[in-house]
Amino acid sequence: MTTFLPFTAADVASAVEWVLSEEAPVEILGHGSKRGIGRPAQYEHAIDLSAMSGVTLYEPEELVLSAKAGTPIADIEHLLAQNSQQLAFEPMDCSRLLGHDTRGGKGGTIGGAISTNLSGPRRLKAGAARDHILGVTVVSGRGETFKSGGRVVKNVTGYDLSKLMTGAWGTLGVLTDLTVKVLPAAETETTLAIRGLDDETATAAMALAMGSSAEVSGAAHLPYGVTERVASDLRGADAATLLRVEGFGPSVASRVETLKTLLANAGRIEELTDRGSRELWREVRDCTPFADGTARPVWRVSMTPSEAHKMVLALRMEAGADAFYDWQGGLVWLRMEGEPEADLVRRLVRQFGGGHATLVRASSAWRAAVPVFEPQPAALAALSARLKAEFDPKNILNPGRLAAGVDSATLAQATEEKTS
Amino acid sequence: MTGLAMPKPDSETMRRRDDIVADLARIVPGEGVVDAVNEMRAFESDGLTAYRQLPLVVVLPETVAQVSSILKYCNDRNIRVVPRGSGTSLSGGALPLEDAVLLVMSRFNRIIEIDFPNRCVVAQPGVTNLGISVAVQDEGFYYAPDPSSQIACSIGGNVAENSGGVHCLKYGLTANNVLGIEMVLMDGEVIRLGGKHLDSGGYDLLGVMNGSEGLLGVVTEVTVRILKKPDTARALLIGFPTSEQGGQCVADIIGAGIIPGGMEMMDRPAIKAAEDFLHAGYPLDVEALLIVELDGPKVEVDHLIDLVEKIAHRNGQTTCRISTSEEERLAFWAGRKAAFPAVGRISPDYYCMDGTIPRKELPKVLAGMRELSEQYGLAVANVFHAGDGNLHPLILYDANKPGELDKAEAFGADILRLCVKVGGVLTGEHGVGVEKRDLMGEMFNQIDLDQQMRVKCAFDPNHLLNPGKVFPQLRRCAELGRMHVSGGKLPFPSIPRF
Repeated sequence: MTTFLPFTAADVASAVEWVLSEEAPVEILGHGSKRGIGRPAQYEHAIDLSAMSGVTLYEPEELVLSAKAGTPIADIEHLLAQNSQQLAFEPMDCSRLLGHDTRGGKGGTIGGAISTNLSGPRRLKAGAARDHILGVTVVSGRGETFKSGGRVVKNVTGYDLSKLMTGAWGTLGVLTDLTVKVLPAAETETTLAIRGLDDETATAAMALAMGSSAEVSGAAHLPYGVTERVASDLRGADAATLLRVEGFGPSVASRVETLKTLLANAGRIEELTDRGSRELWREVRDCTPFADGTARPVWRVSMTPSEAHKMVLALRMEAGADAFYDWQGGLVWLRMEGEPEADLVRRLVRQFGGGHATLVRASSAWRAAVPVFEPQPAALAALSARLKAEFDPKNILNPGRLAAGVDSATLAQATEEKTS
Repeated sequence: MTGLAMPKPDSETMRRRDDIVADLARIVPGEGVVDAVNEMRAFESDGLTAYRQLPLVVVLPETVAQVSSILKYCNDRNIRVVPRGSGTSLSGGALPLEDAVLLVMSRFNRIIEIDFPNRCVVAQPGVTNLGISVAVQDEGFYYAPDPSSQIACSIGGNVAENSGGVHCLKYGLTANNVLGIEMVLMDGEVIRLGGKHLDSGGYDLLGVMNGSEGLLGVVTEVTVRILKKPDTARALLIGFPTSEQGGQCVADIIGAGIIPGGMEMMDRPAIKAAEDFLHAGYPLDVEALLIVELDGPKVEVDHLIDLVEKIAHRNGQTTCRISTSEEERLAFWAGRKAAFPAVGRISPDYYCMDGTIPRKELPKVLAGMRELSEQYGLAVANVFHAGDGNLHPLILYDANKPGELDKAEAFGADILRLCVKVGGVLTGEHGVGVEKRDLMGEMFNQIDLDQQMRVKCAFDPNHLLNPGKVFPQLRRCAELGRMHVSGGKLPFPSIPRF
């Protein structure tokens, strides 16, 4: 077992070259805050990017920031806040939910945030991590250093490999440097909490709000009972349907009024402002209602917003599950009482409009037994595997982490299925 | 660039043309195959009209099954295919090849579903960009990306080019507004990426497809996000004595945390051409004219108009008008939107470039362009998506004068080199196509380009789909796949290992 702690992009390239010559699998790590996500695999070596830290370019007026891959998200957010700016996709901090493998309480690196594309509540309005990546420098599984994109927002020069690296979980290449679009942080924010709605009514209320001109930047629903598990100013256990409005003071006030009028008949409405609002959304972002210190299975399901609550209802006919919703209902967090019920969950997601379910938390035994990431249809799985082979022909980078579909073994399997 | 080298036509394909036409007619019966030279003329070029080439044959399928059959047929027989939407590409992305089937998607012109609760529209790829907004406007919704060609360009073409528009500073490019696609690979396989849900799962192939210029697959269905129209929109028309002041004003607006719905700048030649053409009331005594549009709830717009006006004042504006009615707002825009035809009126031909630069480099790039303009003896007018640094220099030339097109192209290439030199890129929204293909080396080294071509290999290993576009030199996939491993010695001693 060799762990590399590179300081420069050239060090990373050298490390990958060495691993390549050994033809041995290597784990790519930042802070390790999301290490518990994915199929457990045995890696002979590791490349730990946490020493590759530092913001290399930040021009607030150009809305651009470049950093080395191991730069802590917390450092970047701190720097941005000094200029009233932010990473608009609200990168999720998994450390509380997964509860292990974190270093000094740091909530992950920018490289990790980009590699996993786990975006928070504002994804609904501002886009995902992949919508904010502008450029990358990467060492491929071939040991070659390539770049893609640039430092400007509008760029269609060549394929967008920056997006491809986003959400690839380190299986296509090792990010060494990246450039992201940053955006102004809101001057102020207010969250309306409509109390006491059932899932179906809440879904309708969120759709109504999102379809208005109030520019809602967060729409979540915490059903009865879940509300008690967030540390917030919300009173009581009644369900809370949360609508966040952000922006300049006068604008927020006006849009809040618009929403109140629109939803006047929906139920009792409470208001949370600034700090209370920010803390509440951080808890939604980080899935803290299910951060219970256990390894009970937690699913993160992305599906059509209007269909999600129907899936949850159907699921509860067959298995015990706790649920809450983000993204206008389209992001469902599920905590299972017993087993992950992977086949059941995925069958129901397909039945209700499709989407994808990721088993974000489960014991390593379960993560070895069921696909953590949504299995893909044969043609798509084969294409993904071909792509993996073009970036990492010897299958050395985080092999097996994404499970089915993206390593050479599953390519063979996918091809077999296709021909048989 | 006029000496553009395209892939050598395959003589075997050329020889079998009659058979291919007959076979395609079986796949797409009725009037789906066009092979008469006079009828194929309509397809011989796209928006980059300097290049023309008749295709081998034109085929206009109507169903996904037909697209799949055509691609599989061509793949099996090693026949090249050039996909085409509405043919409005400004970079020659849909330029036919002599030995290639031109696959025209214009009959895929239906909107399949409008889903207001989930705020999305599912459309066939031949539906126009504007067609989507029109379909949902009665409910107060619209589709945000708005390329200038939106009345004609297709949503499938928008995906291929990752099209932008004046609103993309605030609302994003095509890639940020597409939720899902259905596409056909060169081997005929049909795959779906994304859908009505967010984030596609697996590798972000949807992200790669956006802006892939028809080299990876043929899009047969698109699901886009629609947005509620802002309550109000108002604009400011601000003149500055220097481009530096205009540029600083833009930086200060963004520095103040304001992301306008649109922010456009024009230089003196562009202002004059637009004013002479439309009499929009543009000031003629300024070097830079800025249009800033703010949209949203009325109180927000009023609040921000106030802030922007103050910022403009601080930066030494010499004229600042604020729209007080919808008519006035549209009048501010009229000159900018007609900038291309306005320039077309004062010059027999113009050549539109599309570099993006870090905004702060604008004065340097404008100065560099003035020098180049003198050097080449050709005038240039500039319109600029100021918020995101996307520059559209219009080079004025006369194609009837011998050598002048070559000169315009050389001038354009120098401008793009300048953009790259200051930290920018070759193309912000028009695509590489054939136009900027041979300049790719200015921005990428061979390793960068090889890795991009390997992506192509995963989708289309025989390079049959839209060859000759984007990449200056095509390398065989087998060659690209070779590995050169350096014998197992750790080549560095400096990395801590434990």
